[in-house]
Amino acid sequence: MEAEQEVKNWFKAAKVEDFPKNGGACIKYKDKQIAVFNFTRRNEWFACQNMCPHKKEMALARGMIGESQGEPKVACPFHKKAFSLQTGENIDGEDYEVVTYPVKIEGGYVYVGLS
Amino acid sequence: MNSRKQTHIVVVGNGMVGYKFCEKLIDKEETQNFKVTVFGEEPRPAYDRVQLSSYFADADEKDLQLAPPEWYAEQGIELFTGELIVDLDRENKTITSQKGRTVSYDKLVLATGSSAFVPPIDGVEKDGVFVYRTIEDLEAITSYASGARKAAVIGGGLLGLEAAKSAMDLGLETSVIEFATRLMPKQLDDIGAQALKAALEELDLEILLNKNTTQIGGNSVPEYLNFADGDRLDADMVIVSAGIRPRDELAKKTDLGVGERGGIIVNDRMETNDPDIYAIGESALHKGMIYGLVAPGYEMADVLVENLTGGDAAFTEFDMSTKLKLVGVDVASFGDAFGETEENSKKVIIDNKAKGVYKRINVSEDGDRLLGGMLVGDADDYNMLLQIAQNGFSLPPDPVDLIIGDRDEESGAGQKVYDFPDDSIICSCESVTKGDICLVIEDEGKEDIDSIKKCTKAGTGCSGCVPMLDDLLTQSMEARGKEVRKVICEHFDYTRQELFDIIKVRELHTFDELLDEVGKGHGCEKCKPAVASLLASAFNEHVLEDRDTIQDTNDRFLANIQRGGTYSVIPRVPGGEITPDKLITIGEVAKKYGLYTKVTGGQRINMMGARVDQLPDIWEELIEAGFESGHAYGKALRTVKSCVGSVWCRYGLHESVSFAIEIEERYRGLRAPHKLKGGVSGCVRECAEAQAKDFGIIATEEGWNLYVCGNGGTNPQHAKLLATDLDEKTLVKYLDRFLMFYIKTAEHLNRTSTWLNKMEGGLDYLKKVVVEDSLGIGEELEQEMQQLINVYACEWKEVVNNPELRKRFQHFVNSEDVDPSVKFKDYRKQSVPAAQGWKDEG
Ligand code: SRM
Ligand SMILES: Cc1cc2nc3c(=O)[nH]c(=O)nc-3n(C[C@H](O)[C@H](O)[C@H](O)COP(=O)(O)OP(=O)(O)OC[C@H]3O[C@@H](n4cnc5c(N)ncnc54)[C@H](O)[C@@H]3O)c2cc1C
Ligand code: SF4
Ligand code: FES
Repeated sequence: MEAEQEVKNWFKAAKVEDFPKNGGACIKYKDKQIAVFNFTRRNEWFACQNMCPHKKEMALARGMIGESQGEPKVACPFHKKAFSLQTGENIDGEDYEVVTYPVKIEGGYVYVGLS
Repeated sequence: MNSRKQTHIVVVGNGMVGYKFCEKLIDKEETQNFKVTVFGEEPRPAYDRVQLSSYFADADEKDLQLAPPEWYAEQGIELFTGELIVDLDRENKTITSQKGRTVSYDKLVLATGSSAFVPPIDGVEKDGVFVYRTIEDLEAITSYASGARKAAVIGGGLLGLEAAKSAMDLGLETSVIEFATRLMPKQLDDIGAQALKAALEELDLEILLNKNTTQIGGNSVPEYLNFADGDRLDADMVIVSAGIRPRDELAKKTDLGVGERGGIIVNDRMETNDPDIYAIGESALHKGMIYGLVAPGYEMADVLVENLTGGDAAFTEFDMSTKLKLVGVDVASFGDAFGETEENSKKVIIDNKAKGVYKRINVSEDGDRLLGGMLVGDADDYNMLLQIAQNGFSLPPDPVDLIIGDRDEESGAGQKVYDFPDDSIICSCESVTKGDICLVIEDEGKEDIDSIKKCTKAGTGCSGCVPMLDDLLTQSMEARGKEVRKVICEHFDYTRQELFDIIKVRELHTFDELLDEVGKGHGCEKCKPAVASLLASAFNEHVLEDRDTIQDTNDRFLANIQRGGTYSVIPRVPGGEITPDKLITIGEVAKKYGLYTKVTGGQRINMMGARVDQLPDIWEELIEAGFESGHAYGKALRTVKSCVGSVWCRYGLHESVSFAIEIEERYRGLRAPHKLKGGVSGCVRECAEAQAKDFGIIATEEGWNLYVCGNGGTNPQHAKLLATDLDEKTLVKYLDRFLMFYIKTAEHLNRTSTWLNKMEGGLDYLKKVVVEDSLGIGEELEQEMQQLINVYACEWKEVVNNPELRKRFQHFVNSEDVDPSVKFKDYRKQSVPAAQGWKDEG
């Protein structure tokens, strides 16, 4: 994952408890929609663009998270295209990709690294 | 470049066959011996033209791509797209593109395909007249169709019918115009074509035969067609699909041999009369024949690669078997469809007009070999018959057994794929044999379809052989004494039924508990909803308490997600009976929130286009008026349809509405492996279509007949009679048992029909369990059902009254703003999603 020190702009998104356990929610940053996932079982947080590259639906935050051979992923609720939450690549090797963002937790708040 | 010079192969045409040539060459040869340059006229790299029509339906452009642009670069292939080759200089061995680029070659491969043939009809040049060959053609058709009402397709062949279906799917009234006296004249005989015509007319496609179009009339755009016989047809869009013409322009310019009616002449080695120039695919004329199908083109690519890499291969005549895709009527023809290749061959025919099925096979004079045939209305046996014909298998004593097609018996023609010889071709698009596939399954241990596809490429073309792959996998595992365990996914080594028992016996109420006790890893989108459904069936607790994130989005938000990310709202209307006041409420709510309303196929009303944040408010108002969740989003009981029954109907024997309401209220909210639907009809006229339901109840003089395991949907199946002349109490008892038995033993996402089809002992066994209680579990099943019924509560009511749950229906967690990407447009006085994604880019 991205080295934390490279991130200059940490956006304070919301409180930890605003996010469902083992699931995602969408945050708004200026005009951007970003899906943030609280992968409680792995004790990890992830974030990626909310728009699914398949049919351009604003939906990934409502997708289901899980693992494929140990790789954390989110599956789009529309047609179940799944993306690695680490690399953003399509899990089945298809030609779709999403942008991922680093996440950190501090003082009960979720921060998303935007640059 | 240097002394060990590479051979420079230039390929003109980056279509299906041109691409396949590159792929096979790369697979074959150390790439350093060759330098490959490809020119394609189309703006994008090669895509799957065969699946073009699915572009309308679901696939997007990328799904059609045969390989992404990077692939060519990675293989060291230089690819120029959007560049038409306009000149060939055989003397100096160069070609020149429209952009003025000149490239020299050592070997030139012409894979220029064909173009749609457009007859010189008066008016064909009008805007609004299209051909059907490329993605651009389809995009143009789609955008023009939005302003059109009625389409005419000129040409009733394979492609014309596919185009007609697409026009219908675009919402146009559609007519097919065929010059000949029957549809698909190359594949079907008169009776077969008639059966096809009847079936297509059922689908509301108009078919006009014997029609010679003389003019496409109208002011600048089409308005009508005139025919030679004086008839006239209104149409504001025209698709011409009157055959193909090989693209032999370059050959003609330079005196390469071309056929009288076009096509670049090649020999068995794919050589033209210039030793350094080859032609493959639809532009090649082999022994007087243009092959308008992809499989022979791939074979040509294979032969040429062999020959260019030092081998010696020959293209011989190729099978022209085809199956019509997507049209809604099964049609296939295979091998020698007309029985013309052997003298005294015999035809065997089944012509079932009532069912709209026509099957014809041609067998050799001695009755030993299958030569070919055609299937209309039911092509389930196509793969099997094709295999038998191609591999020369011996036939049953009475060949008619091959086509009787008793679906309940062993698959198709009674042959097991696993018993085929190793060299029989299973996937004809990619020429993959049974042996190749078994190798991957048995030696490499690949035991799922996806891996088999990846390793062998089988099933990646027209995908027609996938059911056979599935059978082969199962049969191979069985043959080796391996249990074919339908485990859910990599996280649980258990079947659905096993998990259900574990959950109940150990009283595990959450996904995490189950995963920790018997699973591994952290779950995925396959096991989570499956377990959610099991938990719901086991305990019927609220689906959102502690388990919202393991639900599919529809269950998580208690509504169906739709294009553009909005949701639909369908309140329960038991038995389809609704008071005027409730109708008014629906009208008022829909108006207030700007929702689109439509009467559903399930006798209730759908309000569509609600944003996620509006759902709780909408439901609050509906619940206030006495509505409750209709579970249209869940794998749960949907509707129990009813006819009007004896209160009103002069034929009605009993009160079907009351009974339907009772049943629907009894099982409302019941979660199951798949959705459940029921129906109650007041007499045999069956206006509630109860025999098309998972359970159907039909009044008799004496009581009620109970039918089970029917459905409409993808593979319609009629329900089967389970018990007759029951009183209401007994009927409910049987239903309890039946439903609970299904819930406990079916695999995830199997409807009751699929469950029954797989059940050993079939209907007889089910009768024994439910009616005779042969397993002695009847009472237990009834009690389990009663527990589920006792704890039923409307999910939406709980959400509406629970501020914590309500909070989850916000689009953003850090802002009250609503989703700004949701956009609507007006449509017949209501609002519908404004197209998003690729659709509105054009
Ligand atoms: C709304 C409705 C169409 C309509 O406007 O009439 C509809 C709409 C959908 N149907 Fe249906 N079906 C509707 C009646 C039917 C019927 C007719 C009936 O129930 O009598 C059938 C065939 C009968 C049957 O199921 O046996 C039907 C067979 C399907 C199938 C195929 C099921 C199968 O076993 O093959 C699916 C796909 C699935 O469930 O996996 C499906 C799936 C869908 C989905 C959920 C697709 C999706 O995931 O978006 C659609 C959701 C729309 C929405 O947002 O609400 N729908 N669907 C109908 C709602 C009925 C209701 O009041 O609840
Ligand atoms: C809607 C549709 C459905 C079909 N369904 C089936 C089916 O179910 N089963 C089946 O077997 N077949 C089907 N076919 C036929 C199948 O698509 C063709 O047989 C196959 O595409 C032929 O491949 P090809 O490479 O020879 O030609 P193409 O795929 O047409 O490729 C030729 C390419 O060369 C390009 N080209 C031509 N001239 C030049 C030039 N001078 N310079 C540069 N580029 C040039 C063209 O633009 C084109 O991209 C269908 C076809 C269509 C249109
Ligand atoms: S409503 Fe049903 S039939 Fe219609 S498009 Fe959706 S799933 Fe298909
Ligand atoms: S829109 Fe996401 S998978 Fe199709």
